Amino acid sequence: MSNIKYILGSFGDPDEMMHGIEKLQENNIKIHDVYTPMPIHGIEAKLGIKRSRLDILAFFCGITGTVSAFALIYLTSVVDWRNNIGGKPSFALPDFIPIMFELTILFTAFGLVGSYYASTHLFPGRAPRVMDLRATDDRFIIAVDAQENAEHSKIDGLLKEAGAIEVKHNERKYISYE
Amino acid sequence: MGTHNYNLTEQFEFTGKAKTLSIVAIVIGIASIAYGFTDHGLHERTFANLLLMAYYFACVCMSGAFFLAVQFVAQAGWSASILRVPQAMAKTLPLAVVLLIVIMGAGLYTHNLYHHWHAEGLTDPNSPHYDKLIDGKSAFLNVPFFMGRQVIFLGIYCFFALLLSKLSNNEDLEGGLNSYTKSFKYSCIFLVIYGFTTPIFAFDTVMSLEAHWFSTMFGWYNFAAMWVSSLATMAIIIILLRKAGYMQWVNNSHLHNLGQFIFGFSIFWTYVWFCQFMLIYYANMPEETVYFYKRFEFYKFWFFLNLVLNFLTPVLLLMDRDNKRQENILLGVSIVVLCGHWVDYYQMIMPGSVEEGTNGFGIIEIGTAIGFVGLFTFSVLNALSKKPLIAKNHPLLQESLNHHL
Repeated sequence: MSNIKYILGSFGDPDEMMHGIEKLQENNIKIHDVYTPMPIHGIEAKLGIKRSRLDILAFFCGITGTVSAFALIYLTSVVDWRNNIGGKPSFALPDFIPIMFELTILFTAFGLVGSYYASTHLFPGRAPRVMDLRATDDRFIIAVDAQENAEHSKIDGLLKEAGAIEVKHNERKYISYE
Repeated sequence: MGTHNYNLTEQFEFTGKAKTLSIVAIVIGIASIAYGFTDHGLHERTFANLLLMAYYFACVCMSGAFFLAVQFVAQAGWSASILRVPQAMAKTLPLAVVLLIVIMGAGLYTHNLYHHWHAEGLTDPNSPHYDKLIDGKSAFLNVPFFMGRQVIFLGIYCFFALLLSKLSNNEDLEGGLNSYTKSFKYSCIFLVIYGFTTPIFAFDTVMSLEAHWFSTMFGWYNFAAMWVSSLATMAIIIILLRKAGYMQWVNNSHLHNLGQFIFGFSIFWTYVWFCQFMLIYYANMPEETVYFYKRFEFYKFWFFLNLVLNFLTPVLLLMDRDNKRQENILLGVSIVVLCGHWVDYYQMIMPGSVEEGTNGFGIIEIGTAIGFVGLFTFSVLNALSKKPLIAKNHPLLQESLNHHL
């Protein structure tokens, strides 16, 4: 068993990379992940990535905001300290709505920023997890887990055949600075 | 990117059931308007209905031209293959404008419309009918200036609507980028003019029915209503054409975009509606609350129905991604939104123009609406059948055919 952890195929062209994915899939080689400098249409379907649950999270963040705003206004201006504003009843729902609306947006935004940091490990002060720096610039990277797939030379061959400019054998998962 | 072989010279044939049904609808409309004019007590109500539907008709058509302009200015690629539908709506605008102006002119002349600011002695200090507020506004609200504004604004909209469809026609014949760059330029000019004049158009046509009351939100409130109803109309036409076997290049990503538009602008409409309502509610000043007092006392059912149809339905049914991509759900929601905006205009126009007691909901309302829907269908489908269903030389056409979200 070698101590190579990941095999990275580095492509200069997205179409060649898509072709490389097909090649690996035809040979039943499991792809760990793909890194690209820009979004590529249809890549989720090809890699069989499950649909994001971001919308569900956003919904629950939003509803938390709505409920918090309602609770805040209700408890302060209806239960705790009633004020006479323009002769209206204390529980004047139309007046509540702008605040409920704003807090819905605020909580959704904060929740989604937080979930973005959590899922990408990009907390401020932490080194980013990058497998190949050029994936953030001009290269399209296919990463294959070397521990799970034994036939390294076959994988190299397939990637080269599909048009990989360079194939790297990384002994560390991430080349980050931690 | 997949290859495709669509028939780019496909043309819509306007025959059969669509033609018969729209003519039947026009006949029903004419019959119910005629019925409205037989009874003298119903003249006001008939005129109010005519104004409502002519305004709706004109708004949907001019927002079709607005959609075209927005697509050109944004250099949007996704919509390049569906532009013929808003173009057909834009080409119908002159008809709608003539109808609207004739109805407004006749209403003013017979004192059935705008009698709140156009009546004997309102601006004469010695008259028993003297109205100080109306007198103060008479520099703006007088018949020649009012009709002049209408003619100028609507004339400009017509000019740009026809110009944009003519440029698209030239593009079909000549190809090249010449027409596209010209469309871009004229769209920019049109959008600036449109943005500044539609609020005034809405103030004139609808808000002046109750000339004592005013709201600065009213223009954008109407703009949101006309824009979202136009988008819903477009979605309906495209989906029905697809069901009839035309426009097979429209995939569910295009529907998704239209659905997003309808969803987003329904919420925008609600936002503006609510802003107007809440500011008036909060400030609680008699000269402003009179508007909602009337609607809440005499039109309570319509007042809440309006929110259910125009806010709750699109929000609940179009929030989900999969729902936006399903043509039957999008079709259903679009029809609900269109009916909803009829209700919206109904309770904008009726309380101010029809006396209590003669108002209501019956043959005149339904018949006039059916008649105008028939007229709209007939004229738009007729315009649509004149040209191929796709602008084959549009520079961004490939992007639209390969559109994928």
